[in-house]
Amino acid sequence: MLMNNRVIRVDQLARVEGEGSLIVKMSDGKVGDVKLKIFEPPRFFEAFLRGRKFTEAPDITARICGICPVAYQMSSVLAMEDAMGLTVDDQIRQLRRLLYCGEWIESHVLHMYMLHAPDFLGYEDALLLAKDKPELVARALKMKKIGNDLMTAVGGREIHPVNVRVGGFYRSPRKDELAPFADRLRWGLDQAIDTAKLVSTFEFPEFETEYEFVSLRHPEEYPLMGGRIVTSSGLDISIREYEFHFEERHVPHSNALHGLERGHGRYAVGPLARFNLNFDRLSPLARQVAADVHIGPVVKNPFKSIIVRAVETVYAYEEALRIILAYEPPASPSHAVTVTAGIGCGASEAPRGMLYHRYRVTDDGLIRDAKIVPPTAQNQPTIEEDVRLFVTKFAGLPREELTWKCEQAVRNYDPCISCATHFVRLEIR
Amino acid sequence: MNGAGAHTILVGVGNEFRNDDALGILVAREIRRRKFPGITVVERSGEGAALMDTWAGAELVIVVDAIYSGKAPGEIHRLDAAHEEIPRGFFHYSSHAFGVAEAVTMARELRLLPPRIILYGIEGKEFGEGVGLSDQVVKNIPHLIAMIEEDLHAFHTA
Repeated sequence: MLMNNRVIRVDQLARVEGEGSLIVKMSDGKVGDVKLKIFEPPRFFEAFLRGRKFTEAPDITARICGICPVAYQMSSVLAMEDAMGLTVDDQIRQLRRLLYCGEWIESHVLHMYMLHAPDFLGYEDALLLAKDKPELVARALKMKKIGNDLMTAVGGREIHPVNVRVGGFYRSPRKDELAPFADRLRWGLDQAIDTAKLVSTFEFPEFETEYEFVSLRHPEEYPLMGGRIVTSSGLDISIREYEFHFEERHVPHSNALHGLERGHGRYAVGPLARFNLNFDRLSPLARQVAADVHIGPVVKNPFKSIIVRAVETVYAYEEALRIILAYEPPASPSHAVTVTAGIGCGASEAPRGMLYHRYRVTDDGLIRDAKIVPPTAQNQPTIEEDVRLFVTKFAGLPREELTWKCEQAVRNYDPCISCATHFVRLEIR
Repeated sequence: MNGAGAHTILVGVGNEFRNDDALGILVAREIRRRKFPGITVVERSGEGAALMDTWAGAELVIVVDAIYSGKAPGEIHRLDAAHEEIPRGFFHYSSHAFGVAEAVTMARELRLLPPRIILYGIEGKEFGEGVGLSDQVVKNIPHLIAMIEEDLHAFHTA
């Protein structure tokens, strides 16, 4: 292979949720095409939802992804409640936040330890890491289980929770069902702080770039659900205005649509975006941990997303603990829902970034049409640009190392391709 | 529902909205319907760490998942995972890169593997979004269920 005219190719992008490939073409020492290819038919769920009852949206969309079902449920119930003019009371909202914390813990711990840490520590996968450092992996599994168990306690089931409904929950947990979590959450919080310290010692490539970050922003809280949509260039809009400012474009090499901001182009959602746009909404403890590990208030190195995930994990344990200590079951687990014809929009922060849903419901409560914009589709142009810049900067690295690093650059976004579509392959030609 | 502590657990793995990937889920529901005594039946997405939780403490675990290894659709693979290594990539199509195979291997590494664990992999054909199994897969379901019942029977009469 000619050095100046090469194609770097990794056939299988391991440790990424879903299936696909990334191809980087180089000629005359310059990086040409970078294409994150996604293969599967993406619009099945939007079509599948048409004609279904509005009450079915949370359970159907939860099955798009085994890793972030809560995100799908929350964005869909918020959209339906928006369509029907319903605002749930604070106790139900807190329970939803608790459920969402479970998903963040579960997903972030899995990604940090099982998928991303092996990259930094030089292991091909988590199995080799477990051989060498079984105590590390055992700790991760225990940390993650707390998230799973929270999802079971609030959601009724850890994968694809069944307890969520438009208007609230089918059943609210008793106080004594949640109380035992307090000690485990305190333990998890300590472990998360340790994790932040641990991952901050990893070696990070010198790689910073400018991003247009996009996330939700809430008046008081670190964003999980609802609020407004803000960007690093100063846009501040209601969720209902999302489609006026953001669009999805089909590109020939991918079955997933590419998310673009009108008049701006590519943008990034996810932990970095949330952290950079909401640093002031983190708890004092989470901000302190960030300071102790020397990140923030703005992080522009995508490889450091693993540290941000650790800080968000600290926040999630702490927030879950706060909610459980203050928990009083709501008078009724859900509000009555009056079916109203209309359009509703909802957005929430999946572990890997903002997830937008929009539904049109007819007066008989049937879904007329649905739009779902998953975080990975929004990040796809940014992932491609990161890889292009990375390969340009580090073209001199040995091929194997460059390939590994490109794979890692994709993994920075924890791409859940089964949300965007299914699975990713990385190919640097 | 967590199967921890149960004597025998059958885990159906898959996604019912991804054509043949629904196989594990549908088989689990059929086994549940048959009310085989002393067995806990659970459905899982195939995320490995959750699987390790699910089977913790069990004495016999049977995992059923659709796979894609290039063999003829419908072909049934049976692995005694307590004694046999799993070929890498064998259960990879579950869309979860830390999936069934990794969970078994890691559990073995951490000495958390149940004493008896049997993996059934059924070769699938279609894994795109959609509802419904391929004909070749459907045809072999009765045979697969008979094999599972034989395992359960052998274990409970041993």
